[in-house]
Amino acid sequence: MKLNRRTFIGTSLATGAALATPALAQAKPKVVVIGGGTGGATCARYIAKDSEGAIDVTLVEANPVYTTCYFSNLYLGDFRTFDSLQHGYETLAQTGVTVVTDMATGVDRDAKTVTLASGDTLSYDKLVLSPGIDFVEGSVNGWVEAEHDQIMPHAYKAGPQTTLLKEQLEAMPEGGTFVMIAPPNPYRCPPGPYERVSMVAHLMTKINPTAKIMVLDPKPKFSKQGLFQDGWNRHYAGMIEWVGPDFGTENITVMPETMEVDLDGEMIQADVVNVIPGQMAGKIAGIAGVTEGNWAPVMPDDMKSKIDENIHVLGDASAQGDMPKSGFSANSQAKVAAMAIRGELTGSRVFPAKYSNTCWSLLGVDDGVKVGASYESNGEKIASVGSFISQVGEDAALRKATYEESLGWYAGITSDIFG
Amino acid sequence: MMPMARKTICAAVCAAVFAAAPFATPATAAEIGDPEIGAKVFKKECSKCHQVGEEARHRIGPILNGIFGRGAGAHDDFKYSKGMQRMSADGLTWTLETLDAYITNPRALVSGTRMSFKGLKDDEERFGVLAYLRGYSDDPQNIPEAEPTALSSAVHVPPEVLEIIGDAEFGEYLSSECTTCHQADGSDEGIPSIVSWPEEDFVVAMHAYKQELRPHPVMQMMAGRLNDEEIAALAAYYATLD
Repeated sequence: MKLNRRTFIGTSLATGAALATPALAQAKPKVVVIGGGTGGATCARYIAKDSEGAIDVTLVEANPVYTTCYFSNLYLGDFRTFDSLQHGYETLAQTGVTVVTDMATGVDRDAKTVTLASGDTLSYDKLVLSPGIDFVEGSVNGWVEAEHDQIMPHAYKAGPQTTLLKEQLEAMPEGGTFVMIAPPNPYRCPPGPYERVSMVAHLMTKINPTAKIMVLDPKPKFSKQGLFQDGWNRHYAGMIEWVGPDFGTENITVMPETMEVDLDGEMIQADVVNVIPGQMAGKIAGIAGVTEGNWAPVMPDDMKSKIDENIHVLGDASAQGDMPKSGFSANSQAKVAAMAIRGELTGSRVFPAKYSNTCWSLLGVDDGVKVGASYESNGEKIASVGSFISQVGEDAALRKATYEESLGWYAGITSDIFG
Repeated sequence: MMPMARKTICAAVCAAVFAAAPFATPATAAEIGDPEIGAKVFKKECSKCHQVGEEARHRIGPILNGIFGRGAGAHDDFKYSKGMQRMSADGLTWTLETLDAYITNPRALVSGTRMSFKGLKDDEERFGVLAYLRGYSDDPQNIPEAEPTALSSAVHVPPEVLEIIGDAEFGEYLSSECTTCHQADGSDEGIPSIVSWPEEDFVVAMHAYKQELRPHPVMQMMAGRLNDEEIAALAAYYATLD
């Protein structure tokens, strides 16, 4: 039998197709991680490091350099430089992670592909979403992110927003008024807004001691409230006024054009306004179709999406139960997810999930406090099983040690994440 | 050759026993109770005097919203018995343990309380009520210091702990929690290095935290939920680093 050219091509194509399945099965499994923040970078690094090259890990992050939200308040208070908050991905790349500086714009869960803003497509066996937060449109009357974030910054995603707020604070007229619109629950970093107030107050005692600070809070209660209010009285007596829902904080409108805030009919003339809006999972989680309401529900044992078994959602974007939305939590969750993903893709040992969180806050010079808890799966959610908190009236040496501990934690977690 | 052979056998047996352990005893936190059972019991036994929920008001007894983590007798707008006021001054705080004791037998915990209730002796009913009430207190997601919502699975295994041969591979996994604060390269900035400690010192220190003899709350929390094998595994792993 004579093989003509056409037959030959047809045969080889058919053979190629027949070989495709076993060839794919032997190929390295692919993990794509969207979001190079604390959850995503930790997860990518741990999978790459622990699988020792057996898994192909790609991290997609829009920014070439990451700025941590934690400790960004300390920059506002002049305790840290902005540079000290920034971390590159070079070491992560050396660990074997392919770092792609691009924005993920789409997820096709049937085809198991991710589309990037550049038009490229990445295929995955397991997808990790760690997109952090976005803001709920319309959650603060009168404030639209795209139009007003340069006038009334949120500074709740660290980066240019953080430096903008610092510039505004430094330029505030003598005796001026700083107003913070605090966010409703749940939001990233429960003590964060109140640490920020402490740090702004510290800055003002140095550069603008007659300045006034007003916190308009839709919540009746906030984390470490007793500790913060005690610290504010001790360090910044008379400077800070916290206003809760008893005084109409559920009915607030901001006016960026005139820098006024309407508090239930009472007009407040402000010089700097920090609007921290209501929050939701980073938009890509919604685009991927793994959210219910504002957040992405996950299984408590491995952070796997309750909607798609090939997707894990980490950190602030996830609805997992009792853990606060914090960098510490995201780092803790990322390690559990990394272990589970390696187990599924390479058969490595999988141990029971353990989670923990600690949040340190700085009240003033050498005056650090902390709150923390441990968590376990109860089958339905990640449940709090024990907690601790600093006490009002602790001596100065303990508070100083707590602050130094927080510096050690920052050095530790950033080296754990970025290598 | 003898000592080495013996050690090898022991290590092999220990590893085999331990390999199965994580799957045999998954770390699943226990529910406080069934809140649905609790809702029914609350309606029948408690609701004549107490209200809970958005529309709740003080009745014969005070509102029970937010009771977990709150001090006894803390509502300014409710007139408590002298007994409850005394407990308030003594610093009684409502936790799972103290509320459980109070609901089991009110007068046993607070002499002279006006809560004229015989007590709920049935465990399922009582834990159900506690679970139901927990749902009306602070959410730890928003207030991380809030009272726990479940009971830890942490097991306390008795002595001979220094005999346990640690599983360094497991220790490496567990160490991912430690590296959040204690740097793997032994750097020491505000948080001490835990690299290349003698294994025994490591084990003893961790048990001292677990028993709350050493005072640091983060370490008490971390050590408190590690079992003896896990502590030994961590000690074995950290001893290998330099």
